Parts: sequence; structure tokens; C-alpha cells
Amino acid sequence: MDFSWLPKYLPLLFSGLSITLQLLLITMVLGFLLAVPLGLVQVTGPRWLASLARGYCTIMRGTPLLIQLYLFYYGLGSIFQGFPELRQSFLWPVLREGYYYVVVAFVLNEAGYAGEIFRGGFLSVPKGELEAARAYGMSPWKVLSRVWLPRAVRNVMPALGVETIQILKSTPAAALVTVVDLFGVADRVRQETYIIYPPLIVLMIVYLVLVFIITRIFSRIEAQVPSKR
Amino acid sequence: MDRALEGSNKPVAVAVDDLHKSFGQLEVLKGVSLRAREGDVVSMIGASGSGKSTFLRCINFLESPTSGRIEVTGETIATKPGGDGNLVAADRKQLERLRTKLGMVFQSFNLWQHMTVLQNVIEAPVHVLGVSKQEATSRAEVILNKVGLYDKRDQYPAFLSGGQQQRAAIARALAMEPKVMLFDEPTSALDPELVGEVLKVIRLLAEEGRTMILVTHEMKFARDVSSHVIYLYKGMIEEEGPPKQVFGSPKSGRCRQFVASIH
Repeated sequence: MDFSWLPKYLPLLFSGLSITLQLLLITMVLGFLLAVPLGLVQVTGPRWLASLARGYCTIMRGTPLLIQLYLFYYGLGSIFQGFPELRQSFLWPVLREGYYYVVVAFVLNEAGYAGEIFRGGFLSVPKGELEAARAYGMSPWKVLSRVWLPRAVRNVMPALGVETIQILKSTPAAALVTVVDLFGVADRVRQETYIIYPPLIVLMIVYLVLVFIITRIFSRIEAQVPSKR
Repeated sequence: MDRALEGSNKPVAVAVDDLHKSFGQLEVLKGVSLRAREGDVVSMIGASGSGKSTFLRCINFLESPTSGRIEVTGETIATKPGGDGNLVAADRKQLERLRTKLGMVFQSFNLWQHMTVLQNVIEAPVHVLGVSKQEATSRAEVILNKVGLYDKRDQYPAFLSGGQQQRAAIARALAMEPKVMLFDEPTSALDPELVGEVLKVIRLLAEEGRTMILVTHEMKFARDVSSHVIYLYKGMIEEEGPPKQVFGSPKSGRCRQFVASIH
């Protein structure tokens, strides 16, 4: 095994790691935030809004992430190309960059998955606890913010932990649209040195460590939720 | 109309007039009225399916009545027709305000599982009534002492017995300083050996002169603590009066049979 490339590419590896972690964090935070209303309206919203949200989740969950990403990057990107004014504008540095397409595609995709998780989370809160909240004079908003949402979040924590790991393992797709994340580093090493497998093995270890850390963080959080099993 | 306490001139805490409730084709309540003056303990008895729980749940609009009038501390709950043929509250703010005066205790406790006992008790005073956390906590501790749960205040509900959970739920209701306590079969979900500790607390409240409406299957208890007993049969009041009359010498044959079969 040839690891002679490693010292030279170490800085790139760290910048790739930082890109991967950025993608993971942004996707998690924004995806989960979008998922809350997506789940909630499916449980309690008016019918048209509920079916809209359900349709959205079905499409995002029912089609490959990679195709979604390509449609954004190449599809939307080529439409933007057709507007010369846009290419002159201050927005172009953003619209040209694969990174932002990846972020949007990942967030929208994750919102679909987590929306489904939150739907189940909201449903899993016993009706009686919501009734009690109402019976003591809470407004609908108070019921949601004090009882329904906090209970639902605790219920979905284990599922969100699994989701987070899934997101991490989806991030290499970013490398396919020119983003140099962790996986992009392996690509770069291969192109420049023709060394193929050792970088991949290094990546495997890095991903494994990341997954281990995520698992630990989530089991920490879950341990704070009182439950009797 | 004043059947609860003939001649009493205490203010009316809860009045219900001609309450009807249908679930689709099934009419569960066929014109039930009730009047509870301050200090009254009204017990509602009857077989399962007689509509007594539904009636109680209509008082604070957890269930929407089909028709009728509900008055809490002299204020009629404003209603308007809802989409499904039932009434809905016309003024959400008014309903929420009146609900704070009605301390509901549920059959299945319905404690908020993500909060400790103390957090459950101070939740609504702090976040609905706007009491400061400090004041709510010191009040809660007095109440928890009274129901015998002071030492369990930092426990989560899942780690308590059914009887302890129900006493915590009673404490949660009391913390709102309600005008009327509504008990919806408070001991029906409990193991027999835990019923006593909950009844003891409810009896204490009755002796304090609290206004209470109590749906129950505990006949002996209802006889002891009530000032007025209502026997519901198929959504109608079949018999009502002082406990001595309803349990001792009921006019209705069905009521006589019911109290005899349960004893």
C-alpha cells in the first residue's frame, strides 16, 4: 500500500473534511427545521396542505438523490446559463458554484425524509396529553410549543440519529458536481497520482470515525430523555 | 331548574342547560342539565355508555356539544355552528380563559411525560396564567405536599405508580386554582389497591369545600362525598337528588337496579 501521497494531501483532506461536515450540519439543521412543518401539516393541516406535504415527501423519498442533484445542478444551472443578465450579476459567483446546488438539493431531500419522521413523531404523542394541555387553557400555539413539539422531538430522536448518519453517507454525491468534499479528495489524488485504493481506505476510516462520533452524540442526547423500558 | 341545592343562594359555578351531543347518527346526550353552586360536589353515575364522560368533556369543550348552553362562573361560553353539525367556541380566547377555571382530571392521568412532576404542576400557571416561575414553584410545593408527592417532585411520570400519577395530575389541576374541579373517572384506570390513595385526596378536596363535578363508578365514595347525585341512563337524567335519595330510595326502577347491582 502506498501512503506516500498522504502528507502532501493532508491539508486538502482537512479542507474536504470541513466541507463534508459543513454539508452535514447545514443539511441536518435546515432539513430538520423544514421537516417540522412538513410533518405537522400532514397530521393537523387542512386537507390541501396535507396532501401537498405528503406529495412532496413522496417525491423526495421516492427518487434517487443523485438524480435530484443533477436536475438542480445541470438542469437548473443550464436554465440560469440562458440568462446573460444573470451571468453579469453579483449572484453569478453563487449560481456558478456546485456547492450551493448541493446544499439546496440535500436540504430539500432531507426535509422529505425527516418530514415523514416528524409526521410519525407528532402522531406518536398520546392524544390525552394534548387534551390536557388544551383543558388547562393553552392556545393552539402553546400546545404545540410546550407539549406537542417537545414530545415529538424526543420520540423521533433515535430516527434522527439514523438520518444524520444517512446524510453523512450521502455527502460524497457532492463530489460529482465538482465540490471537493472528503470524497472529492480521493478523486483528486487518483487524478494526480494514479493511486486509487489507499485514499479510499483512508476515507473509509474517516467516515467510520465520524459515524461513531455521531452515534455517541445522539445516544448522549437520548440518555437525557427519561423513559422506562 | 335549581335542583342541586334547593334554596341555596351561593353563586352558580357551572350551569349546563339542555345539552345534546350526537356522534353521527348516535345521540349520546339527549338534553342533560346541571347546576353546580360553589361548594357543591355533584357526582354523575351510570352504566358505561350512558354519556356521563361525554357530558363532562362537553363542559370544557374537549368535546363539542351539538346543542345546549354552558355557563362557567356566570359567563356563557359563546358558540357558533361548526362544520360537522356540532357547536364550536365562537371566541377562542374566551374559551381558553374559562378553561383555566375548570381543573380537569382525566381517567388516564395525561401527565406530560417529558416533564417532571413539579414541571407538570407549574407548567400551566407559568405559561398560561403568567405566574412567575418562582411563585408557581412555591405554590406547587405546598400542593404537592398536600397530595403527598413532595418527595417525588423531580421524578418523571413514567417512574410513578398509577396512584401517584393521578395524585400528580390532581396537583396539576389544583395549581391553576380552578373554580371547579372536573373529575373524569379518576380511579377507573387504577389497580384496586391504588384507588384508596386517590379517593383520599379527592375527599380532602370535598371537605375543603371545593366545587367538584365527579364522574365515577365508586358508588360508596359518591354517596359519602356528594351533595348531589345524578344518575344518567342512555343520555338522559333518570334520577337525581341528594345521595341519600338516589342511593337510598330512588324513584326510578332502573336507578334502583343500578345502585343495587354495583354495591
